[in-house]
Amino acid sequence: MAQQWDSPQMVKGTRMRWSAVVIYGLLLFFAAIYVLPLVVMLLTSLKPLPEIYSGSIIALPHEWTVKPWIDAWGQTCVGLSCHGIKGYFWNSTKMTVAAVTISTAIGMLNGYVLTKWRFKGADLLFGLILFGCFIPFQIVLIPMATLLGKLGIASSTPGLVLVHVVYGLAFTTLYFRNYYVAFPDELIRAAMIDGAKFFSIFFRILVPNSAPIVVVTVIWQFTNIWNDFLFGASFSTGESAPMTVALNNVVNTSTGEREYNVHMAAAVIAALPTLLVYIVGGRYFVRGLMTGSVKG
Amino acid sequence: MDSGTASVSAPATWSAASRWLQRSLPKLVLSPTLIVSLVFVYGFILWTGYLSFTPSKGYPIHELVGFLQYVRVWNHPRWQVAIHNLAIFGVLYIALCMVLGLLLAILLDQRIRQEGTLRAIYLYPLALSFIVTGTAWKWMLNPGLGIEKLVQGWGFQNFKFDWIVSEEMAIYCVVMAGVWQATGFVMAMFLAGLRGIDQDLIKAASLDGASLPKIYWRIVIPQLRPVFMGALIILAHLAIKSYELVVALTGGGPGYATELPSTFMYAHTFTRNQLGMGAASAVMMLLTIVAIMVPYLYSEMRGARQRSH
Repeated sequence: MAQQWDSPQMVKGTRMRWSAVVIYGLLLFFAAIYVLPLVVMLLTSLKPLPEIYSGSIIALPHEWTVKPWIDAWGQTCVGLSCHGIKGYFWNSTKMTVAAVTISTAIGMLNGYVLTKWRFKGADLLFGLILFGCFIPFQIVLIPMATLLGKLGIASSTPGLVLVHVVYGLAFTTLYFRNYYVAFPDELIRAAMIDGAKFFSIFFRILVPNSAPIVVVTVIWQFTNIWNDFLFGASFSTGESAPMTVALNNVVNTSTGEREYNVHMAAAVIAALPTLLVYIVGGRYFVRGLMTGSVKG
Repeated sequence: MDSGTASVSAPATWSAASRWLQRSLPKLVLSPTLIVSLVFVYGFILWTGYLSFTPSKGYPIHELVGFLQYVRVWNHPRWQVAIHNLAIFGVLYIALCMVLGLLLAILLDQRIRQEGTLRAIYLYPLALSFIVTGTAWKWMLNPGLGIEKLVQGWGFQNFKFDWIVSEEMAIYCVVMAGVWQATGFVMAMFLAGLRGIDQDLIKAASLDGASLPKIYWRIVIPQLRPVFMGALIILAHLAIKSYELVVALTGGGPGYATELPSTFMYAHTFTRNQLGMGAASAVMMLLTIVAIMVPYLYSEMRGARQRSH
């Protein structure tokens, strides 16, 4: 056995180097697998169609082109209308901004009440609200479709905003409640002695100290609402559809030649807002994930 | 409440009202959310539950037929495929995410250079919509143009990788894309767990001459039990709700080979005009999730209470 002639230090050194090689090798291997789909999407979206048929999915484009992106944005067919995905992108933008703002604001107030103005039964009510985080949304689809029809906001952005606010409240309430629980009660009590009332305490003391949890909540809500497909597919038709529904329609439009480069450009455009949020606020994204991870 | 003291002067009534308002303000602020939750969560669950006992087809029919719709769902070949698929998908998805997530977390915990960058790479799929993930993987799994062609181009002319168009194998494509998307999250949970473990224990064990794998197997992993439980619950929950990924990746096909309870529910409700069956399948999804969540939440809450005493 060779080891018998080596000094113990040498053996140890070799072994450690080997383990480092294995560790870094594995980590990089998995990193490559993780990046691959994104790289493939980007490369495919920057190639002319003939190159897609002749080359491999990971080959660099011979002739770089942004035409698929322009087509995806302004010309590709979503179902029967061929005006690109831009309208749907704006639908999603409007829907997401409105629903995130409203659900976050209400969640903030709820968290404030549930921690600083506790009344008898508050915990029970919190549990009652929290249950909304766990339900599979299939259970509410049929009544919701009926209700939106009765209210006259079926297949509209306001309708989807309502849906996302309603089913986002459980999460925003949870986030703010868990954050405000740790906020010192002494500050609130001191303000009360000074005569401050419900809303002035909220706006002067709680709100200015809520920046981290607001960021976490906004990122969480933004990602979930932008990425939602189930509600979008169930409660919207044609022109009122959000981005994810439009993307699925672009990819599955069966008429004409399949323009894979345009499909990939559309997919990257659909992913861009949440990816940007992830890159800018990754730390907060992960924190939100750990608290609100029950949602699918 | 205050109406008993009727004959007081106007300003006094006014100030009483204002005091009542101040006192009730917290409850008033919370009440919209409470009403919303009572109507849109509990009310809607009852509504769907009621529909599942009616013969409703294209529109609600108010007549009770007992468990007929449940019987029809369970006798439906597509539902049987859906349950079978959910079992395959659920088991593989949970197991692979756990194993890979734990492996990545342990590897990252070895004082790695660029740990932040690697973590960010493993986690970014979570920021993507399942529809985007499905679209990307559908493209890579394309038998004529995707990975199959890539490997053939490397000289393996006979390489076949057409799972996505195969009735038997398509569900494994859903597993692949699902695992790709969720492993980073499980990794983050395990990593947080690993960082919470007392380092002195590990140091002591390694001074006793225990090898690194042994330290992990005997000391570290047993301490991660709560993380395993949490991850298990969350992944099971995600598996049962899985819908978008199948829609984007296979559309439930080929045929209905990749049907899941969620796609069954959607198809019967919105395209096949079988509200009753749609409602019955939704109720069963809810009950499955409740059966998983309630014991877990109960034990968590009991644990938390014990810890706080």
